Amino acid sequence: MTEKNTQAVEEKGVSQWQLAWRRFRRHKLGRAGAVIIGLFFLMVILAEFLSPYPHTEQFRDTTFAPPTKIHIFDENGKLTRPFVYGVARTLNTQLWQWEYREDRSQKFSIRFFVRGFPYKLLGFIPTNIHLFGVEGGGRFYLFGTDEMGRDIFSRVMMGSRVSMIIGLFVQVISLPIALLLGGVSGFYGRGVDMFLQRAFEIVMSIPTLPLWLALGLALPKGWSPTMRFFGLAGIMALIGWAGRARVVRGLVLAIRSMDFTEAARAAGAGDLRIIARHIVPNLLSYVIVSVTLGIPGAIIGESGLSFLGIGITEPMVSWGLLLSKANNASTIQSYPWLLIPGVFITVAVLAFNFLGDAMRDAFDPFRVV
Amino acid sequence: MFGYIVRRILYMLPVLLIISIISFFVLQLMPGDFTTAFRLNPRFSKAQIAQLEARYGLDKPAYVRYWKWITGIVTRGDFGYSLETQQPAFDALFKGRLGWTLLISFGTLIFTWTIAIPIGVFSATHQYSVGDYFLTFVGFIGISIPNFFFALVVLWFMVSVLNVGARGLGIGGLFDLQYVDAPWTWAKFVNFMWHLLPVLIVVGLAGTAGLIRYMRGQLLDTLGQQYVLTARSKGLKERLVIWKHAVRNAINPLITMLGMSLPDLFAGAFFAAIIMGLPTVERAFWNSLQRQDEYVVMSGLLFFAFLLQVGNLLGDVMLAWVDPRIRYD
Repeated sequence: MTEKNTQAVEEKGVSQWQLAWRRFRRHKLGRAGAVIIGLFFLMVILAEFLSPYPHTEQFRDTTFAPPTKIHIFDENGKLTRPFVYGVARTLNTQLWQWEYREDRSQKFSIRFFVRGFPYKLLGFIPTNIHLFGVEGGGRFYLFGTDEMGRDIFSRVMMGSRVSMIIGLFVQVISLPIALLLGGVSGFYGRGVDMFLQRAFEIVMSIPTLPLWLALGLALPKGWSPTMRFFGLAGIMALIGWAGRARVVRGLVLAIRSMDFTEAARAAGAGDLRIIARHIVPNLLSYVIVSVTLGIPGAIIGESGLSFLGIGITEPMVSWGLLLSKANNASTIQSYPWLLIPGVFITVAVLAFNFLGDAMRDAFDPFRVV
Repeated sequence: MFGYIVRRILYMLPVLLIISIISFFVLQLMPGDFTTAFRLNPRFSKAQIAQLEARYGLDKPAYVRYWKWITGIVTRGDFGYSLETQQPAFDALFKGRLGWTLLISFGTLIFTWTIAIPIGVFSATHQYSVGDYFLTFVGFIGISIPNFFFALVVLWFMVSVLNVGARGLGIGGLFDLQYVDAPWTWAKFVNFMWHLLPVLIVVGLAGTAGLIRYMRGQLLDTLGQQYVLTARSKGLKERLVIWKHAVRNAINPLITMLGMSLPDLFAGAFFAAIIMGLPTVERAFWNSLQRQDEYVVMSGLLFFAFLLQVGNLLGDVMLAWVDPRIRYD
């Protein structure tokens, strides 16, 4: 009994946010998710710095080259700094495929902070320094190359931009719609509510994937890749808002009839003040959780459409577009490294799911710490 | 209850009507139409194309075509025809395909439930054990991995790890070539099962992972209830406490998911059908979409919307059926 009391005294003065933060910190998977997402966004920002080659540069003499092996022991079995051998290829005339092997006569050490193709760091600092690379005409393909000899590692780095950012973008479009319509429906009630509720139901009964496919095909072929990016984000936001609006409506309806809201109204507060001071703060935790859990759906959606060839188009890259090269069994058998971009999609989605789950638990007021 | 179902079905009609209007509008957004391919072909003269347009009614404004199509459905149950093959739209979508689609969908459902429920029960009864953590983690991956990527990984596993090519087993489709037109024999059945299993795994993975998580959560809630304590204090065997008292009550909310997972199966089956080359409705829909075969696409969209509605209704009805506390009036 006394222990409980002292605890209660200690808890005093701890805000809802501090409580949530405390709960979140204890969630191991959630923390792991946050770290991974942080790293991925670092990848988005520093994509060119991390890429040893420009993502569009074609090395026609090394098409479909497997990932380059990194060696740390030299010919005599002595430990040295990491190096790669040169690449040599012969044509297998039966399969009509290039077969790659290491050219042991050439050795290139892997160096960090090497000079390579010029780019603008963070979009405005001109530089040509890259995290790693090999010098003196050697080639280093960490994830192998595609059918045009483009370095898949560099393409994965650049592809992170579209894949990671489209998730955020979809939320930016869909959330305001959901908040506005759900809020109006819950706050004003009556006829407006009836009408909007039916609208939510109808939008929710549109089958998502078939509509995405139809709309993806409807994007004009002449659009620039940037336009297509926005078009895709719009398509995915188009249906997702309805389910959310319905939850927002329910929450607003509940908050509106809470005692503290009634008290504010009795004290003469206007609609705007009630919305700003009572309703919005109480919606915030739902919004944060729903955004985090909404992002992975958009990432999967974009990669799925790009995989089918109706999403992002060249020269832009996204993880789904990279994966579309590996769309049949024989390609996968011959060039399994083409599947690597899919691992990035999975890890990104996994991290957002971890984070979203942890946040949902953290914001749950009925959970005891 | 009967009145409720009737009302729900009647409510479906206007919803489907509105969805059909929306989808027709979406279809008109697509650049070009069915004749675009002919236009690009220099062998067709302008007059011939105009003739084609007139034949397909494509020279008339969109709302006229929509009106013709929708009145055809309402008055004659006629869903239009395929511009490409001239057969009725329904045949283009379903003929020889619906059976496979249903088989894969229900096969996946059975597969999902028989695997997920025992695993979920295990996870809940061994909460915070190594096994539970492992299964939770695997479940998270199952939810997170995009199903088209998973399909590719399964293909890779079959060709590179199991090395199926060297063993004379094919991949993709539902049969190896020599069995496609062969009458049903034991060998054909075995071959079919061999092709079906990876499909079920691909289509069912996300559902299985989700179901495991729900089952675990529900059962944990139920195990904290007083009647479970009572059952235990009566001296009932633990197995009976779990399966007869706890699981039966924990499973109720999942029954709703059974109905609602119907349209979800579509997304999984769609990519599986394309990557693994299955003769399903989803694939026919995708083909017609690419060729802008108007009426087939429309009928397909309507079919999937209908599936969604029926799934939701089934979910609600089944819940009322298994849970006597729920009454619709």
